Amino acid sequence: MRTGNAPTRRLGRLVVAVPYLWLLLFFLAPFAIVLRMAFSDAATDLPPYAPHFQGFSQLGEFIAALDLENFRLLGDDPLYWQSYLYSLRIAALTTLIALAIGYPLAYAMASAPRRWQSLLLVLVILPFWTSFLIRVYAWIGILRPEGLLDMVLAGTGVTSEPLRLLNTEAAVLIGMVYSYLPFMVLPLFATLQKLDRSLLEAAADLGAPAWTAFATVTLPLSIPGILAGSALVFIPAVGEFVIPDLLGGPDTVMIGKVLWSEFFSNRDWPLASAVAVVLLFVLVAPLALLQRARLTRGGAA
Amino acid sequence: MGSSVRGLKGLATAIALGWALVSGTAASAQDKQLRIFNWSDYVDPEVLDAFKKETGITVVYDTFDQMETVETKLLAGKTGYDLIVVTASFLPRHIPLNLYTPIDTAKVPNLKNAWPEIQQRLAKYDPGNKFAVNYMWGTTGIGYNVAKIKERLGPDAVIDSWRILFEPDQLKKLSNCGVHVLDAVEEMFPAALRYLGLNPDSKNEADLNKAGELLRKIRPHIQKFHSSEYINALANGDICLAVGYSGDILQAKKRAEEAKNKVEIAYSIPKEGALMWFDSFVIPKDAANPDAALKFIDFVNRPEMAAKNSDFIQYANGNIASKPLLSAAVRDNPGIYPSEAVMSRLYTITPYDQKSQRVVNRLWTRIKTGK
Repeated sequence: MRTGNAPTRRLGRLVVAVPYLWLLLFFLAPFAIVLRMAFSDAATDLPPYAPHFQGFSQLGEFIAALDLENFRLLGDDPLYWQSYLYSLRIAALTTLIALAIGYPLAYAMASAPRRWQSLLLVLVILPFWTSFLIRVYAWIGILRPEGLLDMVLAGTGVTSEPLRLLNTEAAVLIGMVYSYLPFMVLPLFATLQKLDRSLLEAAADLGAPAWTAFATVTLPLSIPGILAGSALVFIPAVGEFVIPDLLGGPDTVMIGKVLWSEFFSNRDWPLASAVAVVLLFVLVAPLALLQRARLTRGGAA
Repeated sequence: MGSSVRGLKGLATAIALGWALVSGTAASAQDKQLRIFNWSDYVDPEVLDAFKKETGITVVYDTFDQMETVETKLLAGKTGYDLIVVTASFLPRHIPLNLYTPIDTAKVPNLKNAWPEIQQRLAKYDPGNKFAVNYMWGTTGIGYNVAKIKERLGPDAVIDSWRILFEPDQLKKLSNCGVHVLDAVEEMFPAALRYLGLNPDSKNEADLNKAGELLRKIRPHIQKFHSSEYINALANGDICLAVGYSGDILQAKKRAEEAKNKVEIAYSIPKEGALMWFDSFVIPKDAANPDAALKFIDFVNRPEMAAKNSDFIQYANGNIASKPLLSAAVRDNPGIYPSEAVMSRLYTITPYDQKSQRVVNRLWTRIKTGK
C-alpha cells in the first residue's frame, strides 16, 4: 500500500475517512446539539427551550453569560447523583453476576468437543431471535405473584408464600443478567477457545494442580475476554431504561428513567440534555480506565 | 470532463423529473388522504370504513399510547398529521404556541349535538372552545380486584372513596396484594388535595407540601408508579388496587373477561370527587388536509357514529344526542356515565406554571424514590 500509486493511496485515505465521517455526523454533531440544549433555559416555546448560544459570532457574549444552572442542579439535588450511583451499582452487579455465570459457561463451551461448539454457540445466540421486549415481558409472567416461578416453588414445597419478586431490585437484576449474558459469553468464548491447551499440559507436567494451572495460566490469558465482555455488559447496562421500567419498582430509579421523565413528563429539555451529557462522561471514565488497563497489559507482555 | 458534465445534467433532469412525478402524485393524493394520530384501540373500525366509503377519503390511521410522545412531536414541529387526539390538560400549554388551527364550526354542523356541560368544562382548557372538539371523556378513579378487596377488607369495604388509598392503615392491608398508582403529578396531587379538603387546583406551595406529605405516608404500600402497567396487572389479577383512568380500567375489566381467568375488575369514582379528562380533536397548524379533518370531526359527531364508537371502546363521548342510542351496558354504567350528583363533584384543574411545575416535580420524585 505504502509504495502503491496515488489513486490507491487516495482510496486508502477515503476508506479511513469513512469511520471518522460517521463519528462526525452521528456522534459529534448530535452531541453538539445536545450540549447547546444543556446550556439553554427551559421555556414555553417551539422547541421548548431558549438557547443562550446564538452562533460563533456571539461566542464572546455566550461565554461571558455562560450559565451552568442545569449542571449545578444535577449536583445540588441528591436525586440525580443518587440515580447515577444507583445505575452504576446495578450495572456493576449485573456485570459481576454475568461474569460469574458467563465464565464457567464459556469455559465449558470452549472445552466441549469441536463439533459441539458451533451448536452451543447457536444456543447462546438463539434468544436474540425473539424480540427483546417480549423476552422482558415474559419475565413479568415468570416473576409475578403466583406466576410461573411461584407455582414451581410452591409445587415443589420450597416456599409456601408468594415471593413477590416483581417490582424489586432482584427482578431488575434477573432481567438485566438474563438480557446481557450473551454479550459476556461471546467474547469470553472467543478468548478461551483460542487458548493454547499445551500450556496447561506443560503446567501439569511441571506439577501444578488443576486449580493452580487455571489461576496462573487460563485466567491471566483470558483477561482480554473478561475486559471486553465486561465493557459490553456494563456500558449499555448503565443507561438501561426498559428493564427497570418493566420489572422494577419505585426503588429502582435508574438514570435512564430520570432522563425520560425530565424530557417527556417535565418537558425540561435543557435539564434532560444536561443529564445526558453527564451520563456520557460517567460512561467515558470506566472506558478510559479499561483502555489503560489494556495498554499496560500490552506493555507488560 | 465533458462526459461528466453531461452525466450531471442527465442526473439533474432525472431528479427534476422524479421530483415532479412525486410531488404531482402527492398533490392529487393529498385531497383524498386524511392522516389521523390517535390513541390505540380508540375508534370503531366500522366507523372508519363508513367514513372512507362515504367520502372516498383514505384514512392513514396511526396510534400512540402516551400523550408525551405526541407532545414531543408537536413541540419539535411539523407532525405530518391532519387530525390529532390530544388530552385537554395539555391544551393550555399548546394553544399559546400557535400549534393548532381554529375549528371552522360552519363546516362541522353536527357540533349542534355537542354536550353543553362537557363543552363548558373543556372551555377551561380551551377558552371559547376554539381549537378543540371533545371526542371522549372520563375520570381518574379507582380500579380494583373485587374478590381480593373483599378478602382483605371485608364485604362492607367502602371503595368509592379516596379513603381506601389515603388511609395508611387501610392501605397497609392491601400492600402484600399490590397497589399501583399513576406516575403523573397532575393526577395524584389534585386527588390528595381533594381528600385533604383543599382546593384540588391549588398551586399554593404550602398546600402542595401537605399533599406531598400525605402521598409520602402511603408510599411504602405502593408497588409501582406507572401510567399504563396497571392495565395488564389488574387484568392478570396481579394487583388489588390501581389509581388509573376510567377507560384503561374498563379495558382491564374487558381483558380479564376475555381471558376467562376468573378475575373480576371494577371501577369506582370516589365520592369526594375525581379529576375529569377530555380527549379532544385538534387540527395542527401545518395540516395538509384540514378540510378532510373537519369532515371527519363532523362524521364522528353524527349521533349514531358517536354511539357506535362509545359502544365499541366503552368510553363516554361528548355528544349528548348519542346518549339515547347507546347500548344499555355503556349508558347505565356509573363508571362511564356517572349520575348527576357524582358529575357535579367532578373537577378539572389548570396547568402548573413553570415554577410550580418544578416544585411538584421535585416533590413527586422524592415521594416516588422515598428520599
